[in-house]
Amino acid sequence: MSEYFIAFLVGGFICLIGQLMLDLTKMTPAHVMSTLVVAGVVMDGLGLYDPLIDFAGAGATVPITSFGHALYHGAWAEAEKNGLIGIITGIFEVPSAGISSAIVFGFLGALVFKPKG
Amino acid sequence: MNNLPRVSRQTWRFSKDIRILGSGVATGPLEGDGPLGKEFDCVFEDNYASEDSWEKAERKMLGKAVDAALQKARLTGEDIDVMLAGDLLNQIITSNYTARGLDLPLLGLFGACSTSMEGLAIAASLVEGGFVRYALTGCSSHNSTAERQFRYPTEYGGQKPPYAQWTVTGAGASVVGVGTAGPRITHATIGKVTDMGIKDPFDMGTAMAPAAADTIMKHFQDLNITPDYYDLIVTGDLGKVGYAILKDMLKDAGYEMSPHYRDCGMMIYRQDQDVFSGGSGCASSAVVTYSHIMNGLCSGKYQRVLVVATGALFSPVSFQQGESIPCIAHGVAMERVLA
Repeated sequence: MSEYFIAFLVGGFICLIGQLMLDLTKMTPAHVMSTLVVAGVVMDGLGLYDPLIDFAGAGATVPITSFGHALYHGAWAEAEKNGLIGIITGIFEVPSAGISSAIVFGFLGALVFKPKG
Repeated sequence: MNNLPRVSRQTWRFSKDIRILGSGVATGPLEGDGPLGKEFDCVFEDNYASEDSWEKAERKMLGKAVDAALQKARLTGEDIDVMLAGDLLNQIITSNYTARGLDLPLLGLFGACSTSMEGLAIAASLVEGGFVRYALTGCSSHNSTAERQFRYPTEYGGQKPPYAQWTVTGAGASVVGVGTAGPRITHATIGKVTDMGIKDPFDMGTAMAPAAADTIMKHFQDLNITPDYYDLIVTGDLGKVGYAILKDMLKDAGYEMSPHYRDCGMMIYRQDQDVFSGGSGCASSAVVTYSHIMNGLCSGKYQRVLVVATGALFSPVSFQQGESIPCIAHGVAMERVLA
């Protein structure tokens, strides 16, 4: 039961940071999203994001920061295998499931609903 | 004081008996549910107005408002010599496509949310000058088309700060000409573009208040009157934020605006209708002026009214490039004529 609680607290804290960025600064929603993604990349680069996932589970993998974590992981794994070019070829390797499903489900949604408003 | 049409560089006096012969209003459901809903000619049950896009819905509303205005003026499209219309969409497509179906000479206007009074002032001046017998003027806005154009697509679900405003879904139109019925248009004061450096497109009340203050003060000075000359002064869409700023600015300049001053954006919706700081958009001033204020001037609830429509003249490109928001306000004075 406690892992649910920890996931809720950690995930909620990341969202709280996003909400405060919206409320207290002039940042747009797009700014906030990009900043959180970059923060995930930086945290993973410093070796902090994997321990956070071990600690909080979905609390760390569901928020957008985990997208940054996935970008970094993919780029790093390919870079180790193929050198500098791997950073480019690997960057979307891990998050490709997320990106592809966003496109596919977006398409399916558009077939059913009214995408142009 | 002379009696020439040109009172000053900004203020015009109309010497002919120019009246608003008829006016019409069509709105969406949220506006119809508001405190003034009973005074609207046509309230659509949903924001699509039975069309397949919001843009078409906005056109339909402008068309309905025009029909109602013509009907009340007991005129047909053939009597109208010019149509003056504008809206918020790129290349004012609502006005252009609505006029396409009306077979009328058209002058398209863009004054953002000040378009209602820009159109009314020009309509009255064309009648005064003898160029037209009857002029039709109108404007429209739609919450969802404006969101798409100026902010984020509605599906995106971006949050808004509490000082943001809610674009009014609706349209208002009126027929102007020399006549014997309806409120008389007496003066117009044309605003100058004012820019106080506000860059937040959600904070239009703050951006527009100085433009409204400038036009209102110029109007008072040119005609040598004070706020109590009018029993109602309205601004178009300053919302709660801009309303308070405007009152303070005019107080500092020596004009006490209460209890005559109200804002159309705050009149359209109830407090509990969750529209942030209040209504905005071309339709805000048009819908209130062409329903509630016309009715009040006809019934005797109001004797003299000054409508100051406020507009934020930015575009999505100018905002994305970090430019501040230039604003404008045009005022038109109307009075009740005892039959």
